[in-house]
Amino acid sequence: MTQQTNSPKEHLLVHAERAKERVKELKESPVPVIYVGCATCGRAAGALATIAGFEEVLKDNGIEARIEKVGCLGHCYAEPLVIIQNPGFPALLYQKIGAGEAGILVRSFLKDGSDPCYEYLIGALEADENFPTLMDYPRYLYENRVVMEHCGLIDPDEIDHYLAVGGYLSLAQGLEKGGEWVLDEVKSANLRGRGGAGFPAGRKWEIARKVEKTPKTVICNGDEGDPGAYMDRTLLESNPHQVLEGLALAALAIGAERALLYIRAEYPLAVKIMERAIEQAREKNLLGDDILGSGFSLEVSVFQGSGAFVCGEETALIESLAGNRGMPQPRPPYPAVAGLDGLPTVINNVKTLSTVPSIIRNGHQWFRSIGTEKSPGTAIFSVVGEVEYPGLVEVPMGVTLEHLVVDVCGGIKDGKELKAVQIGGPSGGCLPASLMETVIDFDSLKSVGAMMGSGGLVVMNEDTCMVEVARYFTDFTQGESCGKCTFCRIGTRHLRDILHSITIGEGKMEELDDLEEICEAVIKGSLCSLGKTAPNPVLTTLRFFRDEYVAHIEEKRCPAKMCRPLIAFYIDLEPCARGCDACVACCPTDAIFTTSNRKKAIDQEKCVKCGECVYACPPEYDAVRRVSPPEMIPDQGVKPLSETEKEKEESK
Amino acid sequence: MLDQLLAALNETERAAVDEEEYQVLQAVVDELPAFSHEVSQLIPILQEIQGKHGYLPRLALNMVADHVQTSIGKVYGIATFYNQFRFNPPGRNPIKVCLGTACHVKGGEILLENFERRLQIKVGETSDDREYSLERVACIGCCALAPAVVVGEKVEAYVTPSKVEGIITEIEVRNEMAAREQAKNDATNE
Repeated sequence: MTQQTNSPKEHLLVHAERAKERVKELKESPVPVIYVGCATCGRAAGALATIAGFEEVLKDNGIEARIEKVGCLGHCYAEPLVIIQNPGFPALLYQKIGAGEAGILVRSFLKDGSDPCYEYLIGALEADENFPTLMDYPRYLYENRVVMEHCGLIDPDEIDHYLAVGGYLSLAQGLEKGGEWVLDEVKSANLRGRGGAGFPAGRKWEIARKVEKTPKTVICNGDEGDPGAYMDRTLLESNPHQVLEGLALAALAIGAERALLYIRAEYPLAVKIMERAIEQAREKNLLGDDILGSGFSLEVSVFQGSGAFVCGEETALIESLAGNRGMPQPRPPYPAVAGLDGLPTVINNVKTLSTVPSIIRNGHQWFRSIGTEKSPGTAIFSVVGEVEYPGLVEVPMGVTLEHLVVDVCGGIKDGKELKAVQIGGPSGGCLPASLMETVIDFDSLKSVGAMMGSGGLVVMNEDTCMVEVARYFTDFTQGESCGKCTFCRIGTRHLRDILHSITIGEGKMEELDDLEEICEAVIKGSLCSLGKTAPNPVLTTLRFFRDEYVAHIEEKRCPAKMCRPLIAFYIDLEPCARGCDACVACCPTDAIFTTSNRKKAIDQEKCVKCGECVYACPPEYDAVRRVSPPEMIPDQGVKPLSETEKEKEESK
Repeated sequence: MLDQLLAALNETERAAVDEEEYQVLQAVVDELPAFSHEVSQLIPILQEIQGKHGYLPRLALNMVADHVQTSIGKVYGIATFYNQFRFNPPGRNPIKVCLGTACHVKGGEILLENFERRLQIKVGETSDDREYSLERVACIGCCALAPAVVVGEKVEAYVTPSKVEGIITEIEVRNEMAAREQAKNDATNE
């Protein structure tokens, strides 16, 4: 009978105690435990081969060890990542462990226990006098992991791993104090939507809570379609229960009875992991009917999005759930008032929901102490491109771009110069090096013409052409425009066509004004933010890199030497080595021939300008040159070998 | 139902439905009753069919329209709106070239061209022998390994134009070895 009077928290503590026991067993395992990062990116880098490698060598050497699959730490540059917990040593993190390295680790470290293989070591997870610790590295020192705290350290397939680190405690607390309280906490925390626009989540919830129609729905938007952003996928794959807990708290706050996870079908692993997580949470009565004896019920299911960028827009997402083409609808009514089936529907991004449990656990004051006054909390970026340490980075809002790119991610690779940072994907903008002091938060980025967007951040060096980047993004949004609004449908096409003509050297100066005019029209004439933000890449590049546009148009020159119709390759006969065939072998179109003095030259008619010969040419010769415009090729008087010379050459 | 649909086609359209496609359609006829009749389930139904058979045959769209009691126009509209759906069978070795931002900047477009040239098919097509199909994808989220290409299930990282040749050769060698193995087995069995 006492069972019935138990509070949700007491119910949960029973689960948590058991979970802690199980995890303790793992942490204090008498045999070594090998944790391998197995999210999609880790698998791409070969994590499954690494596991196979470990298994084989362990077996061959008769060593007993446990292998655990964990999620992603976000250190993409170092994949596959492996943590080894060998009794007597602190847990050690290793980088770039393929099957071969796995064998070495087993033989040197696990078998003899003598050599922890410093050559692959990043550091110890906790402070230790014999090893460098992760805190010695800028990536760990400057990051503030709130949402990604447990990513890559826990097994996403094991609910116990999440329960053992305090998982679902916030939900139990929320159930005890009620939905109103949860709503107030999130409102006071001023949690702004992490999907890009930054609309306060609490306000959205409040609107839905006040509407009296039922049943209400909460939807987790995991339709991450932005090329260059993958943090939502990582969160779904690495800490699925955190997403579910946030989803349940949101449902509690607005009084929803059903919840949906809308995940891209292109993320099959995320779908699988989430489905399993829902199952496990249901078994422990953390979802489903009468959650933890509180009387609150929530049904959760997964819907697979079919790959349409526009479905990131709330109203389009709802359309696609109803089995229609994902076309945005005019607002109001806002989905929070009339969404799915005309009933109140709250849609939050994966990151937003993943942040909620920590706010409930630590209180809104704690959350507001991180980040800035108007944008509290942390931001997750996928920093990729020409930086030393690309990957997922979680930093407090309010740090500068400079700090993020240079201090946290190690600056530009190969000693090159930073040219621009593309932030926010197709809806964002390109910011030049002079704006690197810009502070990262929703409002500051908007004021310079960029956008937080989904948090994709591509760092570019002098070899990237800004006109081409603008063309690329416009091409993307053009293809993804749903076609509903004329200005978006036709305007983006005009933009793309003009940009294309500039990149092939057929642009005209007056078209630069046309570009600006069309951009204005597309912004004004589009219903949803796909169209409203599509011109951002064009406008920011025009504003900050106008000289590149002018060079393309007036000189037919691509300053970054990237636009292929405006460049040419030639081989400098001076450094080219007689008899070396490296470039000939790599050329996909057989455009490289041997000259009469047995050096190499490029047949411009056959050359497709792929640039492969640049990399193939041994660095000690470094003879391939890239010029723009193509007429810059000097006349070196090269002649192909005559037939007799060829025969002579071949007979050697 | 299938024969009725076939009868409604004109001569050339009917000729385009080969034995293999007929088999797929026959299977779809058998699978359909298990699906919901709700129009809102249209996308999951199409996903199921494509998941099983690799693509959506034209007549399958008619059958689905009939199943959920809606127009073929609506079904076709949905199937073409979303990037996930395809209308020709994929190759045994589907090749997807990532053209996300990071891959684009690092020359994904050039890789795509190299595949097109090497395989003699355009993006979106399947080779005549069904060995290869070529697609572009917006982003596979492996930006730090750019440029990336997905061959079958495997992600190839840091691909260069000359590696394109290597990838195809690897498949050819594997096929060749499998064929020889097969021939050897056949010989011993006889």
